Amino acid sequence: MSMVEVQPGVPNTPGGAAMTMPPPVQRRTLPAWAWFMIGVVAVVGVLSMTSYLTGQPALTSSSTMQNTVTLGLPILLCGLGGIWSERSGMINIGLEGMMILGTWGAAFGGLHGGPWMSVLVGAVMGALGGLLHAVATVTFGVNHIVSGVAINLLGAGITKYLSTLIFEPLSSNPRDSPPVEQFDTYSVPGLSDWLGDLEAQQRVVISDVAGIVRGLVTRVSPVLLLSILLVVATYVVLWRTRFGLRLRSCGENPVASESLGVNVYLYKYIAVVASGALAGIGGAALVLGSSPSIYSEGQTANRGFIGLAAMIFGNWRPVGTLAGSTLFGYSDGLRLSSGPETVHALLYSAVIVAGLIVVWQLFRRRWTGAGLAAAGAILVYVLYFFTDELPTEFLPYTPHIITLVVLALAAQRLRPPAADGMPYRRGEGD
Amino acid sequence: MTDTDTAVRPAVELNGITKRFPGVIANSDVHLTVRPGEVHALCGENGAGKSTLMKILYGMQSPDEGTISVNGEQVHFKSPAEAIRAGIGMVHQHFMLADNLTVLENVVLGAEQMYGIGRKAKSRVRELAGATGLDVDPDTLVERLGVADRQRVEILKVLYRGAKIVILDEPTAVLVPQEVDELFDTLRTMRDDGYTFLFISHKLDEVRAIADTVTVIRRGTTVGTVDPGTVTSRQLAEMMVGSELPSPETRTSTVTDKEILRVDGLTLRTPDGRALLDSLDIVVRSGEVLGIAGVEGNGQTELVETIMGMRKASAGKVLLDGRDVTKAGTLSRREAGIGYIPEDRTRYGLLLTQPLWANRILGHQTRSPASHGFLLNVSGARSDTKRIVEQFDVRTPGIDVTAGSLSGGNQQKLVVGRELSGDPVLLIASHPTRGVDVGAQAAIWDHIRSARARGLAVLLVSADLDELIGLSDSIKVMLRGRFVADADPATVTPEDLGSAMTGAGEVDADGHGAADGDEPGADAEKAAVPATEGDKK
Amino acid sequence: MIAKLRSSLLAPVLAIVVSALLCALILLFSGANPIDALGAMISQVGEGQVAVDIVNSTAIYMIASIAAAIGFQMNLLNIGIEGQYRIGALVAAIVGSAIVLPAPLHWIVILIVAMIAGALWALLPAILKVTRGVHEVLSTIMMNAIAFGLAAFLIRRDQFGILIGNNVSTEPIPESGLVPGISLGDRGTVFGLVFLAVLAAALYGTTMNRTRFGFELRASGLSPTAASAGGVNAKRMIVIALLSSGAIAGLIGMPEILGRDHAYTLNFTAGYGFAALGIALLGRNHPVGIAFGSLLWAFLEKAKAALDNVGVPREIATIMQGLIVLSVVIAYEVVKRFDQAAEQRRVGRALGTITATEPAPEAAK
Repeated sequence: MSMVEVQPGVPNTPGGAAMTMPPPVQRRTLPAWAWFMIGVVAVVGVLSMTSYLTGQPALTSSSTMQNTVTLGLPILLCGLGGIWSERSGMINIGLEGMMILGTWGAAFGGLHGGPWMSVLVGAVMGALGGLLHAVATVTFGVNHIVSGVAINLLGAGITKYLSTLIFEPLSSNPRDSPPVEQFDTYSVPGLSDWLGDLEAQQRVVISDVAGIVRGLVTRVSPVLLLSILLVVATYVVLWRTRFGLRLRSCGENPVASESLGVNVYLYKYIAVVASGALAGIGGAALVLGSSPSIYSEGQTANRGFIGLAAMIFGNWRPVGTLAGSTLFGYSDGLRLSSGPETVHALLYSAVIVAGLIVVWQLFRRRWTGAGLAAAGAILVYVLYFFTDELPTEFLPYTPHIITLVVLALAAQRLRPPAADGMPYRRGEGD
Repeated sequence: MTDTDTAVRPAVELNGITKRFPGVIANSDVHLTVRPGEVHALCGENGAGKSTLMKILYGMQSPDEGTISVNGEQVHFKSPAEAIRAGIGMVHQHFMLADNLTVLENVVLGAEQMYGIGRKAKSRVRELAGATGLDVDPDTLVERLGVADRQRVEILKVLYRGAKIVILDEPTAVLVPQEVDELFDTLRTMRDDGYTFLFISHKLDEVRAIADTVTVIRRGTTVGTVDPGTVTSRQLAEMMVGSELPSPETRTSTVTDKEILRVDGLTLRTPDGRALLDSLDIVVRSGEVLGIAGVEGNGQTELVETIMGMRKASAGKVLLDGRDVTKAGTLSRREAGIGYIPEDRTRYGLLLTQPLWANRILGHQTRSPASHGFLLNVSGARSDTKRIVEQFDVRTPGIDVTAGSLSGGNQQKLVVGRELSGDPVLLIASHPTRGVDVGAQAAIWDHIRSARARGLAVLLVSADLDELIGLSDSIKVMLRGRFVADADPATVTPEDLGSAMTGAGEVDADGHGAADGDEPGADAEKAAVPATEGDKK
Repeated sequence: MIAKLRSSLLAPVLAIVVSALLCALILLFSGANPIDALGAMISQVGEGQVAVDIVNSTAIYMIASIAAAIGFQMNLLNIGIEGQYRIGALVAAIVGSAIVLPAPLHWIVILIVAMIAGALWALLPAILKVTRGVHEVLSTIMMNAIAFGLAAFLIRRDQFGILIGNNVSTEPIPESGLVPGISLGDRGTVFGLVFLAVLAAALYGTTMNRTRFGFELRASGLSPTAASAGGVNAKRMIVIALLSSGAIAGLIGMPEILGRDHAYTLNFTAGYGFAALGIALLGRNHPVGIAFGSLLWAFLEKAKAALDNVGVPREIATIMQGLIVLSVVIAYEVVKRFDQAAEQRRVGRALGTITATEPAPEAAK
């Protein structure tokens, strides 16, 4: 069982091993980073076009980008946590609970040290949640999802209890912690101001790009740098080291790994604990990114789950997960930095994207695909045309709606680890 | 074959190995001595304890009693890693490969300390690949490889680790005869280079073709070691089962004119348009057993599942007793009188965690005596389960134990009993005696035969060619989703069938066309496989 | 039979005891006395309306956990109960206030509307699962969030909301749409729909164990492959199971709305959906187990207020609930493995495959 069942309609041979006809060759023509860059260019293009045509500069403003970063980082870190865990074959629905533990830990650490202490204690709390998940699932063989749900309940309960016990005397509110110290932020000298000027000139594309880049180089928090480092580290460790090879092999065919002398339990433990630590850092990023920077009950608001969705969007890979988190962070950030009309303008972007898909499908002579995309484009455009803004009640849930759409559209093209979520007992393979 | 040299220390020596699991003793007091540089075959029927023994030697399980020596030194493996360090490698029957990793990654996994995982490892893999006959780039994903190449990757894994003693667990089970020959050539070359092989198999002809020494294991214990040159296959087989062999021969024909199953132009395509089944025509009459031969993966599974309605045919018709059931679902086909023995009983036949009587209901949830229609009839199901247990000799302490706690043979007898309940007109039997002991095998054959005598039509798919020839009234050979030959079981030999199965028309030395694989759609002109050769030996 | 009962009771009892001990440790660690805490909670039951509250909550938890159990029976984790019952309650409240019908018919219609709305909210995850392979856990979590947004939107005063006092709610349901309760005076009023919970549990138990539908549902959960070979259409079962689960979930809000609140208000109780998953796991999807699990949950939930009096944060009850869920799934796994081995041994003994070759004691290591 994995979070996405690939190609449910395809009749695959029940025997499995006895397939004489291997699946058709799908050759990847470009490396991942090249696709990523193409994606970035395409997205910036669509956004600046929308911004120009709808007159909503906030779509590409530097403040939107800053919010995207702030709100996207917790999602990204949870997504990375998801990669670690699921690449070792362990589904981690408990990321949300581990993140909650991380938020509490970050506040607690922040009260006893600086912001780095926040990150550290957040990571430790998350890792403890991960350890619990590992004990239940790896050692006792509990269904991964059930254990994850239990950890979400438990994480919420423990933080509530601890926050009543420890934070209430300080903040006189059982649901909030007192504010903790934030990181100092850095702006790239000169560049930031120059980009600011460019952005203010409201020139097509140039100002948009300037706004986006400025958002990324102004008031940069060490959390951002840490997260980028963790994306790179996740890739290098999991895909370029022997440790990572062993870890990934546990998620593909643990019995094979065992037969080659890999201690599968150990790798799964490491992966799930690391996953929890990353989710915990995600919680710390959430606390340090809030203003005021406090722990507050319910503040994770399903970001752990959205992180999982970002991971699925990214096909269980770091760069893809980065792209997914950016998407979710952006849809959330846009709402904060502007208002209902700007989010409404996103519908226009959706129309442009659907239009591009129509062209692409026509190019590939896929008539039904083109037809569906065209129908979708028209539908969304009608919606855009006859409304002025989205109801504010829905705005906080933009990422959730986008998650559903993304899962529905992307799920079948993905390749989860083959043994993701499968029970594994040492010595019981055949 | 090889000189007996008592001075040479045995490569592997197992002494008094005993291994118990809850409810069974897998091995008891096993003795096995393997000389260096030989191919030593370990023969035994299913469930005799071969695989457990090899898992013990490979450190995947630890013995309860007994000692293991490798190259004269006593060892206690706690994990495969230690066995690998001692120079033992294993090629598993079910390939131990991660599809989503590359050949290189699969090979170096667990042995990264040797050459790392980068360029050095890659060139070493390239270097060794030749010895196994593997000709693919090390960066290819394993999912793109065919069965024979996967096996080569498995052997490559063993070589890469520098193993000198290689366990091959049923290595030919998934190969077609030509691939078997290639494998044997590889093994002979490697043996001459000083490798020692432990070759597990129950295919006696193959054992006699490759082994220097044969040890027979029966009911978990070794019953003797022989020189394959001095015994016949029949003698070996009788050592394996400890008694006279049962034979699946059908005595008299009971075929009638009454068409029970008619399949017309049945076609099944993958979403990308590849044909898994290519316009197949089948007729099975009342009292007839139609056998389907074929190397596994050539569409037999798909054929059976399409006739059962578990897959939706892309084209063609299925008629049962004259009624068109092409559009019907699996349940209504079952209600119309199809019994189904699936090829994998634990995944498709049984609810392992449920008691036997609940398993009686599965597939019969709408029919008496298991059901009143909407409501289940638990007491009816229970009493009918008791009947099956008695009539089909299912060895169980009661009908409230879970299906999973029974042995494979008893599980299969339960499935056969259930599928013959409710007076089916057609039985679809997929590998009905796979993985069961000889006793259960004979019983299942008897039940199929007597049901046939009562007028049951049977579609039999089997990889066991003796079973096919013995039970069937006629045989069709399937290759790449098409029927390529018809055969008369009265005259055909397993060897003829084997060559037709691989599409090797030229195998027939006498010039009879064994297969029409090159002529798509020439179903009407199919040549019968003639009985030309005797025993190959 | 006794052995079976013992092995099925062993795990939950073990889990509850372990969780209680762990909670006691946590309390000791944070400087409180666990005995006092337990005493305070138990004596709380005798106070005011607490006992009746517990009964009412038990009923609601039962309905909720039956909804969860229907999904669990075929390995579907319907986390979306939370959203389904919110939408079910809101739509039912809106429709119920807009129509007028004679007494029993009116509230029966309201219940049916709630079920339909709940089922419809589960429809999209069901479709996504069978057509696109999207795991129900992710899709239903998103649907929960969207349900909150939709509910907040629909209860806006320019939509269906009105201001009563300083609380926004839907139009109150007229008298004929309410289900009369059993008044116990100062002790409070037992919801009339408590009986709905009992009825639902009985129906659920019968359906699962005695009907073809229940058998097919359980078979699909135990082995989708064996079920398909046995003629069960797995995709159809997924849709039916999720929709049934959603329909039952739609009823969760009904006891409170038709028995106490008379409208969907801004303070509509949240969280039953998540509790339901835990209770269904604790009760092993068995109606009786679910009833006891619900009672335990309701007790913890309603009696925890007393903890403040003895200086213990009441959230320890939430920790207890979380610990119970986690330890019960672990305990079930351990007991299951133990039982399996025991049964294999039993079968082996009965068939004589062990006894004959059982080694002499001195031969064993």
